[in-house]
Amino acid sequence: MHIVQMRGIVKRFGDLIANDHVDFELESGEIHALLGENGAGKTTLMRILYGLYHADEGNILVNDQPVAIHTPKDAIAAGIGMVTQHFTLVPTLTVAENLALGEKGSLTLDIKQVERSVAEASKRFGIPVKPDVLVRHLSVGERQRVEILKALYRNAQVLILDEPTAVLVPQEVDVLFEALKRLQYSGLSVIFISHKLHEVMDLCNRITVLRDGKAVGTVHKNDTSTKQLATMMVGRESFGVTRQEQRVQGEVLVTIKNMCAEDKKGLPALRNINLEVHAGEILGIAGVSGNGQAELSAILCGMQKPSSGQIMVEGQDLTGAEADVICATGIGRIPEDRHANLVGELSVAENLVLDHLQDYVKNGILERNKIQQQAGKLIKDFQIKAKPRDRLRTLSGGNMQKVMLARTLSREPRVVIVSQPTRGLDVGATDYVRSQLLEQRKRGAAVLMISEDLDEIIALSDRIAVIYEGEIVGIIPNSEATPEKLGLMMSGSNIEKRKQEKKRVQV
Amino acid sequence: MSTPAVIFIVGFLAATLRVATPLIYGTLGELFCERAGILNLGIEGTMFLGAFVGFAVGYHSGSLWLGVAIAAVAGMVSGLLMSLLAVRFGVNQHVAGLGITMLWTGVSLFSFRLIFGESKVQPSVDPFPQISLFGDTPIIGTIFTQYLLTYIGILLVPLVWWIINRTRFGLQIRAVGENPEAADAAGLNVYAIRTYALMIGGALMAVGGAFLSLASVGAFTFGIVAGRGWVCIALIIFANWRAISVLWGALIFGGVQALQLRLQTLGLKLPYELFLSLPYLVTILALSIAGRNAAAPSALLKPYRRE
Ligand SMILES: Nc1ncnc2c1ncn2[C@@H]1O[C@H](COP(=O)(O)OP(=O)(O)OP(=O)(O)O)[C@@H](O)[C@H]1O
Ligand SMILES: [Mg+2]
Repeated sequence: MHIVQMRGIVKRFGDLIANDHVDFELESGEIHALLGENGAGKTTLMRILYGLYHADEGNILVNDQPVAIHTPKDAIAAGIGMVTQHFTLVPTLTVAENLALGEKGSLTLDIKQVERSVAEASKRFGIPVKPDVLVRHLSVGERQRVEILKALYRNAQVLILDEPTAVLVPQEVDVLFEALKRLQYSGLSVIFISHKLHEVMDLCNRITVLRDGKAVGTVHKNDTSTKQLATMMVGRESFGVTRQEQRVQGEVLVTIKNMCAEDKKGLPALRNINLEVHAGEILGIAGVSGNGQAELSAILCGMQKPSSGQIMVEGQDLTGAEADVICATGIGRIPEDRHANLVGELSVAENLVLDHLQDYVKNGILERNKIQQQAGKLIKDFQIKAKPRDRLRTLSGGNMQKVMLARTLSREPRVVIVSQPTRGLDVGATDYVRSQLLEQRKRGAAVLMISEDLDEIIALSDRIAVIYEGEIVGIIPNSEATPEKLGLMMSGSNIEKRKQEKKRVQV
Repeated sequence: MSTPAVIFIVGFLAATLRVATPLIYGTLGELFCERAGILNLGIEGTMFLGAFVGFAVGYHSGSLWLGVAIAAVAGMVSGLLMSLLAVRFGVNQHVAGLGITMLWTGVSLFSFRLIFGESKVQPSVDPFPQISLFGDTPIIGTIFTQYLLTYIGILLVPLVWWIINRTRFGLQIRAVGENPEAADAAGLNVYAIRTYALMIGGALMAVGGAFLSLASVGAFTFGIVAGRGWVCIALIIFANWRAISVLWGALIFGGVQALQLRLQTLGLKLPYELFLSLPYLVTILALSIAGRNAAAPSALLKPYRRE
């Protein structure tokens, strides 16, 4: 039986067709993956199902009954819940208040009562949340649980998850998948969007692939392979980049000496970091998120000051330098949070020149032609699916990331600091970004790459430094790196072992 | 006990409550708007409209309370207009609010001329009587001889706090003011909630205006509001968007204003402009201290639009 059917859905944004006569069917009790490149129209299709966008054509059936979904309220009434790519919780409200938001009921709000029923639901669905904390105090993983519980709390029969794993660390992904499988067993139907093919193969029963706004087919998991899925998505087969053999190491371009730093709460986040990055090498920083990567990246980008230690770049002391100084020194930064580093209301062209505007100003006046020309070139070089004049906020997640990359790498920086470069990118774009990073290495730049994706770390890095609780617990060359070994180091096992040995010695 | 100092202080405290009353109404009204994400600069005009409508209705019907009620209705209409511009059409909130202030100022003055003509004697009503809560008890009795609207205003403070923090509607107001996308995704009608908030806010502002014409003055004059609306905008920041602090803010400002009036009558040899500007100086000072860690609703000034 089909719980949801979408028929002939068309959605246009101006002259762009984001969904082109898409048919989509969700069977009751299945986990159904929606795959496609960045900008293929996955989010758009799901926003239509949830009433956040209106389809220009087509209709929707729930339990074989046609339904009109104009607003999320209609969708919720039809038993559909959605966890969007960017979370929609009110940070200044508590978890319980967020869950009570859309509820109808008595005039007064007995928040204790709501908290009790949230706690009860949390137990029933097996999704742990604390009802009385403010959402802004929660981590991303916890917020996601709140979002899921919010949908279930309002009796969703269908749960839409838009790239839920993009923001999670591997352990959290496992927990999420367990919960989803359990919920599926109790009758929930799930639509799951992801760019990670192995996740899709692990979790889902059926897979629908979108390409350029069209549905190119639906396959059963047992009848397909990651290779075939990739081919359906982009129309070519092989993926993956190859790193050239170890090159002769160049001079040391970046030196970090005895650096310590504190996090926002004033607790030690980085302890005595010592790192060197050579010209023509990629140094990967591996680690489970929250072990100091955010602070390391912020310091190297000039957004935070270390509490002690020294940073030298090409012999120049940049300890505690401001972002603009760092920028002017020829360091290219690709920070983790693209929303904080791009301006949604400006055009793609303007965003592309934003951090070196001085090159595009004559007598204080912007040289619009030159900016447009540069934008046209970068859009072509980096295969960004957008026009120079498009508002940045209308781009799909992957294309925003490409804008970031194009802006930074086009200036051929000597040193590149990059954090989670392929988060949220499709397979093709991921390859592209990785090949661009290898290109920087070939050019002789020193690349420091922070990533939580072990495959990425191993595929690209010449040397791998593992960070655990703010400390570098080991640096190994690529030839010695295996996922198992890195995984062990990332969980801090060799440190704990050392501590235990120390204890034993003392005893 | 009737030393001059005591008389001075008692009189000063009583005056403070009186001066604070329209500020309490206006600021609570603005609070509803801003917590829902709308900066309503129409407040000055809405208070003026309230003062005019309250007076005109009170004068012609003979019932001051009817005047207050109709003024509240006029304030709701003003809120509805603001909603139409700033919520429905997404017009810049500064522009919409200032436009509304100019509109109601013009409309009120014009209608006043139309109704009352250019008579030589200023038309007036017998203002509301003051009610003594504690009879002839010394000191307390004098301080709490106030208008009923003043007592209501003070009681409104905890009521508004309760509505915003303890009711479903209040939760919805906070949600659309902090993150309209989230509210929308949760199935709320962002437009409707913002509209209700603006209408309630407008009603409160207008009652604040009607207090001026029907209680404080007993007449309607061109300078009757005299920037009190703008003071309310500042008080919101001072109160950090919290209902209870609105009361303290209004009392401090009212206190300085009352003090200023009293100091003038003492006959100190200082230019009177200095006294007049005192409340505003104190406001600026308070703002620059309290405003530094102010936490405005995140979606304030941002129109919400769905693609
Ligand atoms: N509000 C909007 N206005 C204009 N264009 C839009 C808007 N939303 C999406 N688009 C365009 O529609 C296309 C499909 O976008 P969508 O977000 O559905 O892609 P996606 O498949 O979810 O991609 P990703 O994997 O990167 O999240 C993109 O080209 C995007 O630029
Ligand atoms: Mg998407």
